[in-house]
Amino acid sequence: MTELLDRRLIFITGKGGVGKSTVAIALGLVAARRGLRTIVAELHSQERVQGTFAQHGARFRELELVPGLFSISIDAERAMEEYLRVKAGAVGRAVGASRVFHAFALATPGMRELLSMGKVWELAQLHRRTRGAAPYDVVIVDAPATGHGVGMLRTPKTFAEIARVGPIAQQGRQIAAMIYDRDRTAVVAVATPEEIPVSETLSLRESLEHEHLALDLVIANAVYPTRFESDQVGVLERALARSEEPLARSALRAALSEHARTQTQRAQLDRLRIGLNLDGGVIELPFLFAETLDRAELERLADLLEVQL
Amino acid sequence: MSVTQLLAGKRVCICGGSGGVGKTTISAAVALGAAAEGAKVAVVTIDPARRLANALGLLVLDNEPRRVDPGALAVNGTGVRGELWAMMLDSKRTFDELIDRVAPTASRAREIKANRVYRELSTAVSGSQEFTAIAKLYELEQERDFDLLVLDTPPSRNALDFLYAPRRLAAFLEGRAMKTLLRPTGLGVRAVGRGTAPLLGGLRRITGVDLLADLSTFFGLLGGMTESFALRAAKVQKMLTAPTTGFLLVTSAQREPIDEAIWLRRTLARIGVPFAGVVVNRVHHDMLSGREPSQLAAPLAEEIGPALTRAVAQNFHDYHVLARRDQGNIARLRHALGGHSLLLVPYLDDDVHDLEGLWRVHRYLFSPEQERERLIAEVVA
Repeated sequence: MTELLDRRLIFITGKGGVGKSTVAIALGLVAARRGLRTIVAELHSQERVQGTFAQHGARFRELELVPGLFSISIDAERAMEEYLRVKAGAVGRAVGASRVFHAFALATPGMRELLSMGKVWELAQLHRRTRGAAPYDVVIVDAPATGHGVGMLRTPKTFAEIARVGPIAQQGRQIAAMIYDRDRTAVVAVATPEEIPVSETLSLRESLEHEHLALDLVIANAVYPTRFESDQVGVLERALARSEEPLARSALRAALSEHARTQTQRAQLDRLRIGLNLDGGVIELPFLFAETLDRAELERLADLLEVQL
Repeated sequence: MSVTQLLAGKRVCICGGSGGVGKTTISAAVALGAAAEGAKVAVVTIDPARRLANALGLLVLDNEPRRVDPGALAVNGTGVRGELWAMMLDSKRTFDELIDRVAPTASRAREIKANRVYRELSTAVSGSQEFTAIAKLYELEQERDFDLLVLDTPPSRNALDFLYAPRRLAAFLEGRAMKTLLRPTGLGVRAVGRGTAPLLGGLRRITGVDLLADLSTFFGLLGGMTESFALRAAKVQKMLTAPTTGFLLVTSAQREPIDEAIWLRRTLARIGVPFAGVVVNRVHHDMLSGREPSQLAAPLAEEIGPALTRAVAQNFHDYHVLARRDQGNIARLRHALGGHSLLLVPYLDDDVHDLEGLWRVHRYLFSPEQERERLIAEVVA
């Protein structure tokens, strides 16, 4: 199998709230450290990626976060305007300026996804159609939640099938050819060790295979450290029963809760590993006990990813 | 304020918020609580954890609410006076049923369901789950006699999708933009083929004729139905903005979900969907109340030894990093919402996946203010 960072296009997906964006940037940092010109493309324009680096207002612009690592927030409308400008020249501009056309295009189900995927594809080209734009070695896509994620990957193919002929079909086929090429594109799932994220990851793999796509890597995020051994639980419980000091009681209860959560997590991690039975296994990233995720934390995650990749 | 007061006079409760904050659990606990108080309640869930689905008896998936066995609901002597019904949304089926309902004849319905634009529309496309969730909610509201409907919203990255996606899809089905483009209706392909208007010529260059032809066929099939869709969409909109509807915002205490909750609250105000309140789920409460974790060491070390004490103290310290984070974010939310009371559900030891767990969450939502304060104090001290 081609190494993950040898692929030009890497989709990161997973259930909402599992830390996709964080993992996407950490992976971006790893790629940039290896000297690869990298961009993290966020779909749906929430500006989370750029927010972490405290530079605002960039949106649909390629913004350099650290040397070699860029980010962009892709929204469908801007992608459409760009596409029309580049592809259709004066006609494109005229059509693009038409409100009816905007309404038509953006109301057509799937069109938003297609336009966003089109921009992702454009970022991954050696010869960018955006004038003056330099090529990227790696494009990391911070993709929508699992369920929608497969739909999104499928969109270009769907449009190629529906439209059959014409520029949309042609463009759809071009994008789909890249997505379905395992030497050029990888899909990475992020899951926290909880029941639903694990179940979604397992069924994501099935739906990807059904689509003749593959799950290349699974990252278990926010894994608690094992602080207490099972034989220490009895000691903690007895101490809690005897102790009358409120602070000690709180701390002991917190310890027992933490142990229970860790146990649940370990069970879910086992379920994930057994269910997936992946060659590359499952990479683990720790839960970060931090008030905010700043640069130092992201670099730490990048360190941990780097040694496991 | 408890959920009882927040939902007084409501017939529809929509639980929305960022992905991964526990919307399914909260919506089930809200429904359970309302049923406990004597109401006939149905909860529409989207994708519950398997054990929660089992606990709610969601085994027969026929896209209709089923009554949860009252015997199974009674845990530790607490039962429900009313009725709890539950269903899991089958998005594709809901869409098909909508077509069956609106189509003038059965054969037309069949043709539409076989159309390839429709097939993509009703399955692959994002937004279809949001659209069908609302469609189901409307159907239940119109045709069934529930006192309260609780809707768990689909897992999307952006909570706002839930409010906008159905409108987009409804607008598409109404075919407003298409009508303007393909006038006269039904002759779209010919008009595009001739390329008379420069706009249509441009469209053809950009989209390809076949897509327009397929869309035109699709809208040809929909024919007079587009008006029914428009009428329906207007009624759905009326339901969503009625004073008997309440949007219950669910969030965790992390930064991004809180940001999104604040944003969502403003959007609700703008589009006229009544706001019911906020549930902050999985809160790390402060257990130190001004003391230092270091004060812990001496008395504990005697009991459990120095090594284990260090682990306990480190864990306690780490927990309080999160508690500080949560308190900061909650304060920000409180400030942004201006006086609206928040319901806080603590971070429980385990994922909630059974009825006992739901009852546990229920107490933080439905108990009177003082009782809730006592419960939180219990967690803290």
